[in-house]
Amino acid sequence: MNSSRTLWLLLIALFVLCFGLGAAVQPRFQAIENANGQSDNFFILLFGDSSRIFANAAFVKADAYYHSGYYPTIFDNNEAFKTPHMAEDTGAVASHNQGEETAFMGPPRDWIDAFGRHFIPNRHTHLDQGGPNDDLSSSSEVREILPWLDLATEMNPKDVRTYLVISFWLRTDLNQASEAEHVLRTGLRNNPGNPQLLFELGRIYFDDYHDKDHARKIWEAGLRTWALEKPGVPKSERLKYDNSTFDDRYVFEELQVHLAQLEGSVGNTDAAIEHLQQAELASPKTPELQQMIDQLRYKHR
Amino acid sequence: MRNAFAVAGIVIKELYRRKDFYVLFILTIVICLIMGSINVFNDRDIIRYVKEICLLLIWVSSLIIAITTTARQIPAEKEQRTLLPLLAKPLSRTQLIIGKFLGCWAVCGLALICFYAFFCVLAASREHHWHLLNYAQAAFLHWMALGVIVALSLLGSLVFAAPSSNSTICFAIVATILCIGRYLDKIALGMQEPGRSIVYAIYYAIPHVEWSFGMRNLIIHDWPLVEWKFVGLLGLYLLAYMAFFLAAACLVFRRKALN
Repeated sequence: MNSSRTLWLLLIALFVLCFGLGAAVQPRFQAIENANGQSDNFFILLFGDSSRIFANAAFVKADAYYHSGYYPTIFDNNEAFKTPHMAEDTGAVASHNQGEETAFMGPPRDWIDAFGRHFIPNRHTHLDQGGPNDDLSSSSEVREILPWLDLATEMNPKDVRTYLVISFWLRTDLNQASEAEHVLRTGLRNNPGNPQLLFELGRIYFDDYHDKDHARKIWEAGLRTWALEKPGVPKSERLKYDNSTFDDRYVFEELQVHLAQLEGSVGNTDAAIEHLQQAELASPKTPELQQMIDQLRYKHR
Repeated sequence: MRNAFAVAGIVIKELYRRKDFYVLFILTIVICLIMGSINVFNDRDIIRYVKEICLLLIWVSSLIIAITTTARQIPAEKEQRTLLPLLAKPLSRTQLIIGKFLGCWAVCGLALICFYAFFCVLAASREHHWHLLNYAQAAFLHWMALGVIVALSLLGSLVFAAPSSNSTICFAIVATILCIGRYLDKIALGMQEPGRSIVYAIYYAIPHVEWSFGMRNLIIHDWPLVEWKFVGLLGLYLLAYMAFFLAAACLVFRRKALN
C-alpha cells in the first residue's frame, strides 16, 4: 500500500518535472528553429526536400483529374503531356508538349489491350469543356482538380506555378475571385514579390473587383520586382525570343499590355502607348501591338 | 450440391463471428468521413478525391477479406482436426472445395454490398444524384474479380504449407496484376529473349483482374455506362478463370494426403 503511494507520488513528480522542462526548453528550441529557417509546414518537416517530388505527383494527379482519368502512365507515350494541360490552358506556363494528345494509347496492341480499353477512360476530354459527358454546362466540374493542387501547395509552397493554376480556375470557371485572391496572397507570403503572382493578383483587382488604382499599384510593383528578380542578367537577354525565357517574357509582356489597357481605359494615352512599346520588346505578336498603338494614337488625335 | 451449400453456409457464419470485416468497414467509413470533411476553398461540391480514396479502401479491404478468409479455410480445418470427420460424412472432397469457394465468394459479395451501399450514400451526399447502374456494374465486376482471387487463394491453401505464406504470395500476385498486368506486353517488348517470350506468355496467361479494378476510374470521373455486352463478356472471362483455379484446387485436393 505504502509502496504504491510512493510510486504514484513519484509518477506525479516526474510528470511535473517533464512538464516544467518542456515549458522551459520549448522557447529555446523555437528560437533555434527560427534561426535555422526551418519550416513549420508538416509535409516539409516530414519529408524534407523530397516533399517537392510528392508535390509534383499531386500536381500531375490534378491534371489526370482534369482529363477525367484519361492520362498516360510511365508505360505510355507521354510526349503530349510533358506540360500539364490544366496549366497550359491558363496560358501562364511554357508548353513543352509534342504529338497527338488524343491518342497516347496508340492503336490496340492485341485483343487483351483492345478489350481492356472498354473498362478504362479511353477518350481525351477536359473538365472545363464538359468532361466525358460533353456537357458544356458543367464546366464548373473543374473544381475537382483543386484538392490535389491544394495538397501540392502544402507540399511545395515555393512552386509559383501551382498558385497560378489554382487562381486561374477559381477566378474564371468557378467565379470565386476572393478565394483566388486568398490563394495568391498565400503564394506571395511564400514567394515574396513574385511578379507572376503580382500580375495575377492585379488581374483580380482589375477584372473582378474593378479597382483600377489598386490594380495599377500591384502591376507596377510586379514590374519593379521583375526588374530586380535576376540582377545580373540584362533586360535584352531576358526578353530574347526563346522557349527558355518564356516565363520572363510572358510576365513582362502581360504586365505591360495590361497596364496599357488600364491606362487606356482611364484616358492616359501616352502612358498606354509607352507600355505597349515596352511590351513589343518581349512579344512575338508585334504587329498586333503596333496596331493597338496606332489605334490609341488615332483616338488621341 | 446441397452439401456444398451447407459448407458455404458455415463459412458465411464465420464472417459474422470474425472482427475483420467490421474493423475494415468502420475504418473505411471513418477515413472517408474525415477526408470528406476537409474544406477545399469553401466548395462543398468537391467529391471525386473522396470517391477515389473510398474505392481504393474498398478494394484493399475486399482483397484482405477475400484472401485471408479463403487462405485459412482448409488449414484451419486441419489444425482443428475437423477435416477428417467432415469428409467422413457424405461429403466428397470436391463438394468441400466447392462449398468453401462458394462460402468465401458469398462472404465477399455480402461485404461488397455493405461497402458499395456506403459508397453510394457518400457520393450522393455531394453529387445529389445516383449513378446506380454505374455502381452496379463496378460492384458486379469487382465481385467477379474477387471470385478469381478466392479460387486462386483456395488453390494456394492446398499447395503452400502455411496460410501466412499463401496470403503473402496471393497478395503479391494480385497486386502485381493490378499494377502492371495491362503493361506486361510493353515490358516484354523491351526485353531480350527468352525473357521476352516468358513475359508475353505470362501476359496472355494471367487473369486480367485489373480490368475490374480500372472500373474505379470510370465511376470516380462519372464516365457513361460501359456497354452491357462487354460487362457480360468480362464476367464470362473471369468465370472461366474461376472454374480453372477451382478445378485445379479439386484435383490437388483429391490427391492430397490429409494425415
